[in-house]
Amino acid sequence: MEKIIDIGKYIEIIVNWMTVNFKPFFDLIKNSGNAFIEGVEWLLLSIPFYIIIIALTALSFFKVNKSTAATTLLGLTLIYLLGFWQETMETLALIVVSTVTALIIAIPVGIWSAKNKMASKIIRPILDFMQTMPAFVYLIPAVLFFSIGKLPGAFATIIFAMPPAVRLTTLGIQQVPAEVVEAARAFGATKKQLLFKVELPLAINTILAGVNQTIMMALSMVVIAGMIAAGGLGEKVLEGINNLNIGLGFESGLAVVILAIILDRTTQALGKKK
Amino acid sequence: MTSNKNLKIKVEDLTLIFGNNKTEALKLLNKGLTKEEILKKTNCTVGVNKASFEIFEGEMFVIMGLSGSGKSTLLRCLNRLIEPTDGDVIINGRNITKESNEKLLDTRRTEMSMVFQNFGLLPHRTVLDNAAFGLEIRNEEKNSRLQKAQEALETVGLKGFENQMPSQLSGGMQQRVGLARALANNPQVLLMDEAFSALDPLIRSDMQDELLELQSKLKKTIVFITHDLDEAIKLGDRILIMKDGIIEQIGTAEDILTNPASDYVKAFVEKVDRKNIITAGSLMFKKVAACHIHKEGPKAAIHKMRDLGNDVLPVLSEDRTFLGLVWLRDCLAAEKKGEKSLSSILKSEVPSVYMHYTVEEMLPLITESRAPITVVDENTGKFLGIVTQSSLIIESTRFDKNEIIELKEKAKEQ
Ligand SMILES: Nc1ncnc2c1ncn2[C@@H]1O[C@H](COP(=O)(O)OP(=O)(O)OP(=O)(O)O)[C@@H](O)[C@H]1O
Ligand SMILES: [Mg+2]
Repeated sequence: MEKIIDIGKYIEIIVNWMTVNFKPFFDLIKNSGNAFIEGVEWLLLSIPFYIIIIALTALSFFKVNKSTAATTLLGLTLIYLLGFWQETMETLALIVVSTVTALIIAIPVGIWSAKNKMASKIIRPILDFMQTMPAFVYLIPAVLFFSIGKLPGAFATIIFAMPPAVRLTTLGIQQVPAEVVEAARAFGATKKQLLFKVELPLAINTILAGVNQTIMMALSMVVIAGMIAAGGLGEKVLEGINNLNIGLGFESGLAVVILAIILDRTTQALGKKK
Repeated sequence: MTSNKNLKIKVEDLTLIFGNNKTEALKLLNKGLTKEEILKKTNCTVGVNKASFEIFEGEMFVIMGLSGSGKSTLLRCLNRLIEPTDGDVIINGRNITKESNEKLLDTRRTEMSMVFQNFGLLPHRTVLDNAAFGLEIRNEEKNSRLQKAQEALETVGLKGFENQMPSQLSGGMQQRVGLARALANNPQVLLMDEAFSALDPLIRSDMQDELLELQSKLKKTIVFITHDLDEAIKLGDRILIMKDGIIEQIGTAEDILTNPASDYVKAFVEKVDRKNIITAGSLMFKKVAACHIHKEGPKAAIHKMRDLGNDVLPVLSEDRTFLGLVWLRDCLAAEKKGEKSLSSILKSEVPSVYMHYTVEEMLPLITESRAPITVVDENTGKFLGIVTQSSLIIESTRFDKNEIIELKEKAKEQ
């Protein structure tokens, strides 16, 4: 079939124009983003594997429960024995960077949307739209602006993983009983005191549920970002699929599942604690 | 009922309109349109409609009205939790509707505290930290605020519960924490919005008693909201009755019961057990004839009684101190004997009461003899008036005079 409208051409023009005219901005993102990713990756890889395993096991032993501690210990040991330690740490680094960045953006946006009707009117449809999109669609703008690699992987992940944290922050703050807010105001609380002494503490469990969801979404996106050379377990999974290498595919998939279980259990338990 | 009437809060023409078209709604309101008409035309709700009243220092001022009458809204205008649309609120001589935001925060932090229907406690903090919340908000140093919170908790009887979480306490105790939080700030004014409405009846009654006791010691100016007339009567020095944002009547419980200003108030009042509220002061006849012992003897007394169609009269000394009663038959006997003075036939062992005695308290004084009950001044013993037995019976039974006559006739027939 013949092309009648060529949207692609115009998008290309716009993206090119932006990359040229906003070069300092994109450079700043690239440089600081890469530094952040590499820093975390370096940290995780320079700590000996057994210390990380012991530390995470101890964390889940004291903060979660015994069975999660056992899962953590056995799971991470298995990953090491399978030879996926480096890839797992790369993936974890990308998750950490993406989650932290997503939360830094999402929580204030969530608070803003809870407090401002106008803001919520704008933000809500955007979130709805974002959640209807299939995950790999987020790779497209990432690649357009940053080509391939870890940075666009993180970029796509941040955008993909943000909505639940925004939504649940908004929800958490809106759920604070009106009378408690009124009480704080009646005693002369400033907006800041109201936020930090009343609203955030009362919303924290809901917000942490959002954090948990964000982390899980970040994990799934980081794996998909293997498609754009973001490294880590995602690339191993992709390699297994592309080469019809059943063994590699299974092993790397198993590593992803183990990581998912550990992250989910641990962050959920932290969210439920006071 | 305040002895030293220092003005504490003055509200002038206070109007509050909810909605997006306040200016238009206010214009219509000033033209005299009703709440419904304004709602229809502008989609705005009139919460408070040109309210004016004064509250005095140390007074327990109760605001009462049905649900939706604008009580909470009015209360929240006093500390500007809701920004008044029009009018003035003057507290301690300062017009707080004109105050800057910083000054307003300061006023809320130091001059007035609020207690809420559902307590409004912070569930993640201990009882002690909740009580210290107001002090924390005004940045008081930690030791001093915990000390003050501790004292406030002791005042409301919560010593020993400092480290519990609010959810571990019963409703009544949670509201004590709410009260302690308000008292810890040591404000001059307490705003209480249906503070006891969420409690079950027995606890509620206890809390009312305790609030009264506290008030007798602390002498705060309290603005108390309720939709319960019994609570209003029990607590209020004066009561304000609201309907649809408009003040229907302001007065003491007795004023309102004896003299309801409108049918709305009357409807409210009819449900109440009046025996506990109506006092000797409002039942008594003031301008009653009496005999003066220093100048009137049996003959004069008989003359007076015949004039009045009465068979009993109070006897007073020269300075109008109440001495007792004389009966017609005794007077006639004394006259026969040629006695010149009333002193020998004077019955001094007759009941007398003070102005504030209630019908309930006077009922046991009804005797065989149908003697009227004399009302005397509490301090000087001077004669003020009398309460007749029939008015007492009418008041306590709510039968009117004819019904009582009918009952009596029936009793005789049997
Ligand atoms: N935020 C609001 N927006 C619009 N209208 C409101 C708002 N708050 C209250 N109103 C209306 O204002 C009027 C007065 O309400 P208010 O809450 O002051 O009544 P209330 O006497 O305290 O009643 P209750 O006994 O139910 O607490 C009602 O008609 C109510 O519907
Ligand atoms: Mg109310």
